[in-house]
Amino acid sequence: MIEIKNISKSFNGKEVLKDISGVFHKGMPNLIIGASGTGKSVLLKCIVGLIKPDSGKVYYDGRNFTDADINLKTEIRREIGMLFQGGALFDSKNVEENVRFPLDILTDMTPAEKLDRVNFALHRVGLENVNKKMPSELSGGMKKRVGIARAIVNNPRYLFCDEPNSGLDPQTAIRIDDLIGDLTQEYSMTTIVVTHDMNSVLGIGENILFIYQGQKLWEGSNKDIMNSGVKDFDDFVFANKVMSKIREK
Amino acid sequence: MLIKSIGRYFIFLGALFTNREKFVTYYKLVLEECVLIGIGSIFLVVLVSTFMGAVTTVQTAYNMVSPLIPDYVIAQVVREMTVLELAPTVIAIIYAGKVGSSMASGLGTMRITEQIDALEVMGINSISYLVLPKIVASMLMYPLLVIVAGVCSLVGGYLVGTVGNYITPTDYVYGIRFVFQEFSVFFALIKSVVFAFLVSSISSYKGYYTRGGALEVGVASTEAVTSSVIAILIADYLLAQLLVGG
Repeated sequence: MIEIKNISKSFNGKEVLKDISGVFHKGMPNLIIGASGTGKSVLLKCIVGLIKPDSGKVYYDGRNFTDADINLKTEIRREIGMLFQGGALFDSKNVEENVRFPLDILTDMTPAEKLDRVNFALHRVGLENVNKKMPSELSGGMKKRVGIARAIVNNPRYLFCDEPNSGLDPQTAIRIDDLIGDLTQEYSMTTIVVTHDMNSVLGIGENILFIYQGQKLWEGSNKDIMNSGVKDFDDFVFANKVMSKIREK
Repeated sequence: MLIKSIGRYFIFLGALFTNREKFVTYYKLVLEECVLIGIGSIFLVVLVSTFMGAVTTVQTAYNMVSPLIPDYVIAQVVREMTVLELAPTVIAIIYAGKVGSSMASGLGTMRITEQIDALEVMGINSISYLVLPKIVASMLMYPLLVIVAGVCSLVGGYLVGTVGNYITPTDYVYGIRFVFQEFSVFFALIKSVVFAFLVSSISSYKGYYTRGGALEVGVASTEAVTSSVIAILIADYLLAQLLVGG
């Protein structure tokens, strides 16, 4: 479980996050949603420690990450897997080396054990026979899946996904969402997904935190979105005609 | 602004040695960087230094108008210029343009494509992991490149001097050996280690803190070369004053 308490962050005097608190549960995908530019990614970066919040605390299973010393911070970070928006695969390494990277750095496994684990992770995300391909030879969806394989290869306790299906076709996007949902349950991870994609919200949004202009405006599950009672949230959710029609029915 | 940047640079250098990875990790990375820096630069270094020696010979011979000055002095001048300045300093400027800009743009691209963030999230000290091997490899390889440059410059001078009839082979070899001070070579190697450190650390610093997109990567790369060249020139003067100055 990850808990955030009163997170605030400003850039050059502009308040991007305003006193956000919330709890992200284990074994289910937790979604941070909102329109572009509302501070979702900044919040995610505050949670993983890439950005230091101006105030507030982040707790990983009760461990204070914000005020942790370098050793505890490293220990917690080594339990984290993260999928970045563009995949963030290392250009100079092939798929196998990319996925193996956390094992090379963080474990003492033998080369054979590492290869088994890499192949398992790639198989899990539905990629086979791509071990020797370079990132530049992969499509957007494949890059994301390699990114997920790299994120899960070391059995993380916490999985973070920043816009996992941005720039993907609807079918691949749904496949990625399903994969994240399945992996979260299978490995009982605490997963946080940042997205503005309504398919993700409806598909895997078991715990949703809605951010609007840097503030938490609504919290609930995809079962509650039809009657949130929050106008700005409704404007976001029912922005497209299909969703509006579903609501009318 | 400048003071802030210098302060940040020293904090960056401090981060090289905190929260490091296993020795074997660095060993592999340093070897990879050595190959990249050494093999990648050797052609340019050989080309530039050979022509540098050749031109220095021609220019020196052209300016030796007094019949009282023996011909072997041409070779002596070429040797002193090569060992003290041309090989370590001028090649350092070329090195900054080739290797420094490559380091800055490589790290800058890693920054804007979130590859550095990916390392940080894994609990890896990205400064130490990415930059320390570059600096160590640079400090190992650049002195070797300077030695190669020195030899090529002297060979270039010999070829042009003898083929162009500016100096006889015997006089050239005599001039090269005439009142030779071993300290000059030692001095050149000290300079080369310092310049290698400056180019690799400044370029890495500029690349590592790139913000924005492709345009900013280009800007970082240019700034890396400019700052490295300025640092080389200042360090060149300081070292000369410190080691051979009155």
